[in-house]
Amino acid sequence: MTTEQETLGAEPNEFGYRPFTLGGFTFERDEYFVHVEWPTGRHVAAIEPFLKALMRDVAWNFFYGTVNFDSVIGTLNHYGNVDLFAGRFNEAYRQAELDHSENFEHDDIKGTFQAMLNDWVNEEFDPFASPQETGSAYGVKNGQNLSAVSRDRVTAIRMVGLPGDQPLRSDESGYPVNRMFADVGQGEPRVEVTPGYEAEVSSFNFFSYLSRSDVTWNPSVVSVCRDSLMCPTTEEFILPIIHGNDRVEWFIQLSDEIVWEVEDRDTGRPRAKVVMKAGDCAAMPADIRHQGYSPKRSMLLVWENNSAELPGMIARGEAPTVPVKF
Amino acid sequence: MSEYTTVFGRLDNYNKGGVEIINDDPKNYVFSNMFEVASRAKPWQKIAVAKNQQYVLEAIRAEGTSEWRVTPHDEFALVVDGDVVIELLDPATPLVESTESGSRAVVGQPEGTPMGTVYAGHGHMTLLPAGRCYRMSAEKPSVVLLQTIQGPDTIERWADICQKF
Repeated sequence: MTTEQETLGAEPNEFGYRPFTLGGFTFERDEYFVHVEWPTGRHVAAIEPFLKALMRDVAWNFFYGTVNFDSVIGTLNHYGNVDLFAGRFNEAYRQAELDHSENFEHDDIKGTFQAMLNDWVNEEFDPFASPQETGSAYGVKNGQNLSAVSRDRVTAIRMVGLPGDQPLRSDESGYPVNRMFADVGQGEPRVEVTPGYEAEVSSFNFFSYLSRSDVTWNPSVVSVCRDSLMCPTTEEFILPIIHGNDRVEWFIQLSDEIVWEVEDRDTGRPRAKVVMKAGDCAAMPADIRHQGYSPKRSMLLVWENNSAELPGMIARGEAPTVPVKF
Repeated sequence: MSEYTTVFGRLDNYNKGGVEIINDDPKNYVFSNMFEVASRAKPWQKIAVAKNQQYVLEAIRAEGTSEWRVTPHDEFALVVDGDVVIELLDPATPLVESTESGSRAVVGQPEGTPMGTVYAGHGHMTLLPAGRCYRMSAEKPSVVLLQTIQGPDTIERWADICQKF
């Protein structure tokens, strides 16, 4: 278990940033880079993509499977506890036996990562925003942006807009239409309800809701059918992580275009490029990792099966890594 | 300042991407396009375009008036092209067990209390509540993407709709 000192970080360095420790891992940042060290090696990466990846990992509660920050550093979610690794899914690191992995309780690693975000994200930088909608991540310590780094995934219980569930977005609630979705229709459906059925007769403008998202690459639950979760998201620029699947995941491209680079989950060897245009439907198999590129802000429906049994079934070979065979 | 155009697919106007293979089988990606699927479907056929264990997303060509259906669990209908009217009805007696999966067709006009009507346009999502009946209608060919569980009327024709090479 991490100590309070480790969670909060030690004294600031000459650039104003605190260093952090998680087990055998240490994290330090300077004006441009994060420096990660572990017992068998070290790694350096640009601070902006690192903070963007860290933000998703924290906001998503380590998501489904593996969140690779880059080709070396990442986390593997065991749903209650989490592996922090270096080189574990990098063929060269594994062969050289330079890889390293440590397991932490969910709350401990999340607490340290959140403290890192709180300290390392400067006032003008929003790691959830697209590059053209945020200031710089670089430079010496310059304030904080706690409101930006404390956002979580939105998770509807049944459906957005129902009484007591996640609210719709509007100008008044602080969600203006994004500049790249200015042409998306904002009209709401006409709903006629017999008195007494207000909690069940419900409809909303899903595309308007998405056009008002203030974050990128952040799938949020909008509707729930048992373990089937519709998790739409708006995408612009590059997915800041390389997501390694522990179950089949589906992408439904609702608008515009995304190009996915798909690699083998364990080695990183390239397997395919998936070009998705509006209306396209594609599965991401359970043994791959993927990173997306969206030239214009686009609407992507990420569709997940939230069953807790699936990762174990697939790992044991009791369920296939692909959704259907034909 | 640039002005941006958001590109949505339509039944009569869509562009399809694809899988470019480096070292894999394209079938693993089960790649299709919902508008292409709907353009080749009969009205109200429920064609799976995504499947994850028992769960499915169905592409439905909405045209004319559907049969009444009853669903044992919540379903969600997203209109991705056109305009669809959705009538909801609270049946006088339960027509389906809550443990079942996928919606069932109801023969004729079910007895019960009208709950309301939704006039859903492009991009509108509507709850089809568990235990209730619904009927859809569309004056012009439209497309609904339905979040549901595989049922007796779910059609799987992966070899016909997906990229194979």
